[in-house]
Amino acid sequence: MDNRINTLFRNKKNEVLSVYFTAGFPKLDDTLKILRSLQWAGVDMVEIGIPFSDPVADGPVIQESNKKALDNGMTLKNLFSQLEDFRKNIKIPVVLMGYFNTIFQFGVESFCRQCAETGIDGVIIPDLPAGEFISKYKPLFDRNNIKNIFMITPQTSDERIKMFDSVSDGFLYVVSSSKTTGTNLISDDFSKRYFEKIKKIKLSNPTMVGFGIHDKESFEIASKYANGAIIGSAYIKAIAETKTFRNTTTEFIYKIRPKAN
Amino acid sequence: MNYFVDESGYYGDFGGAYIPEMLYPNVETLRQRYLEIINAPDFKKELDDLLRDYVGRPSPLYLATRLSEHYKTNIYLKREDLNHTGSHKINNTLGQILLAKRLNKTRIIAETGAGQHGVATATVCALMGLKCVVYMGKIDMERQAVNVQRMRMLGAEVIPALSGSQTLKDATNEALRDWINNPVDTHYIIGSVVGPHPYPDMVARFQSIISKEIRSQLEEKTGRSTPDYVLACVGGGSNAAGAFYHFLDDENVKLIAAEAAGKGVETGLSAATCALGKPGVLHGSKIIVIQTEDGQIVEPYSISAGLDYPGIGPFHSNLYKTGRAKFISITDEQALKAGYRLTLTEGIIPALESAHALAVLDTMKFKPSDVLVINLSGRGDKDLETYFKNEVKI
Repeated sequence: MDNRINTLFRNKKNEVLSVYFTAGFPKLDDTLKILRSLQWAGVDMVEIGIPFSDPVADGPVIQESNKKALDNGMTLKNLFSQLEDFRKNIKIPVVLMGYFNTIFQFGVESFCRQCAETGIDGVIIPDLPAGEFISKYKPLFDRNNIKNIFMITPQTSDERIKMFDSVSDGFLYVVSSSKTTGTNLISDDFSKRYFEKIKKIKLSNPTMVGFGIHDKESFEIASKYANGAIIGSAYIKAIAETKTFRNTTTEFIYKIRPKAN
Repeated sequence: MNYFVDESGYYGDFGGAYIPEMLYPNVETLRQRYLEIINAPDFKKELDDLLRDYVGRPSPLYLATRLSEHYKTNIYLKREDLNHTGSHKINNTLGQILLAKRLNKTRIIAETGAGQHGVATATVCALMGLKCVVYMGKIDMERQAVNVQRMRMLGAEVIPALSGSQTLKDATNEALRDWINNPVDTHYIIGSVVGPHPYPDMVARFQSIISKEIRSQLEEKTGRSTPDYVLACVGGGSNAAGAFYHFLDDENVKLIAAEAAGKGVETGLSAATCALGKPGVLHGSKIIVIQTEDGQIVEPYSISAGLDYPGIGPFHSNLYKTGRAKFISITDEQALKAGYRLTLTEGIIPALESAHALAVLDTMKFKPSDVLVINLSGRGDKDLETYFKNEVKI
């Protein structure tokens, strides 16, 4: 079943820009302000991070934003209540990204229902293995039209990439290098060979490159091989101290992808 | 009832491999190859030879006469404290480093709480000439300073974990991140029966030599191969897994696990997982873990760095849920007292971790005819400062 993610990639094949931020950071109630300013700046898709005490796939910047968000009192319940009416203003696809334990404690079924009710389009759960997802949870996600986004890394075999492609209907998250978030290694030959390899597989799903995308150059390299890219740590750094999300966000986004005329 | 891991990597409801895709190839290779490697005759011979000649196995099973008199029962101590490096941890690190070599890995990483696993890992890396990096919580580095120096002397790089509570949980996060960042040349030697499948099963198998020896040693000494009770402390649970392993199917053998209550289960300063936790996912598997309603992991506390962990591995989570093992919470104070009692009645200074298992003697009634085996998982040298600061009069 189509949702906003499918529509986005049907209408836009290149230089799709997705931005990640952590819910509850820098302040507890910043979620909607940040969402609105990202949409205003022309971002195509947003990923909202559900903070977790032990984010093993994340580097120092996102770890710190998770910690701060939790100290601010952010919870998944709280996030859903902040998002209750967000679809009145926000039209771009929104994906939730979080570690499995917070979703497991919330109840996977209630989580999927709440996502559907509030208007969330997809989820990225880095530590929920594909096998577990397919055997236990896929029907719940499908019933609520929530796309589960799988990650691909340089070590993922071709067979496994094809398997992810066959069970996906949203996009595939191409992790730029085998690193935690916030490391900058995208422009080396190794990454390029890996991106080329993925391009040759001719996947049926769109691809978005993430991890290490932090400026215009890395965004453009990623966009050459994939449909677009995802920015996380660099944006978190940019908004850490700001008071005016709209100005900071616009300035940050235009530096990466200048405004189309 | 099956208490061992099933084909999909679960112990009942617990276990699995909840890992980011970045770790999948390494963990999957291990899963596919660990049994074939560790069951190969040349592997077994190399490991057995090293366990005998380098570690000093079998470790003695010692009838603690004066302690038995005090508690009016029959207490045997399995002397893992006498192993090279001073604890049971070396049983696993030796096994895993031989495995890592067969997987052509050249760099070893490990997490450590009390430093015992870190020392055991640094030791086998020195023995095999492999590069070694150990992650340790900053707070643990302070309270176990001597072990930090030992690791460095053994050639390991010790990196402080500065996130979260700066203890074992955070050291494990950092080690996992290191593995994500170095997937090709590095093997992660997990020290406990935690982590994604096949780690809990692999570590339990390497530690199972403890109960294998107990069976034959007890038979030799008493004519019976099974005791009435086996007692061990549980942080993640590796020494208890080793001590329980070959008794799991003897339902007449009562298994007692001592978990660290810290200042007391209700004080908010505790690591008593079964008393305070519920099923959740941490460090790659579904386990019982102390957490908030929102699923955030709660920072644990125990005087013993080795038990200062918010969860118990899937093996033990299942033993708790099925009732096969009984879990008892032991406070810092009870552990210190038990440590002093063993010191003064038997001339053995136990590690604070092992002192938690000994403290069960003060909380349960045993019959004069009962035969108990307590796994003395480590020696107390590393804890002397804590003992001195918290002297208990017996």
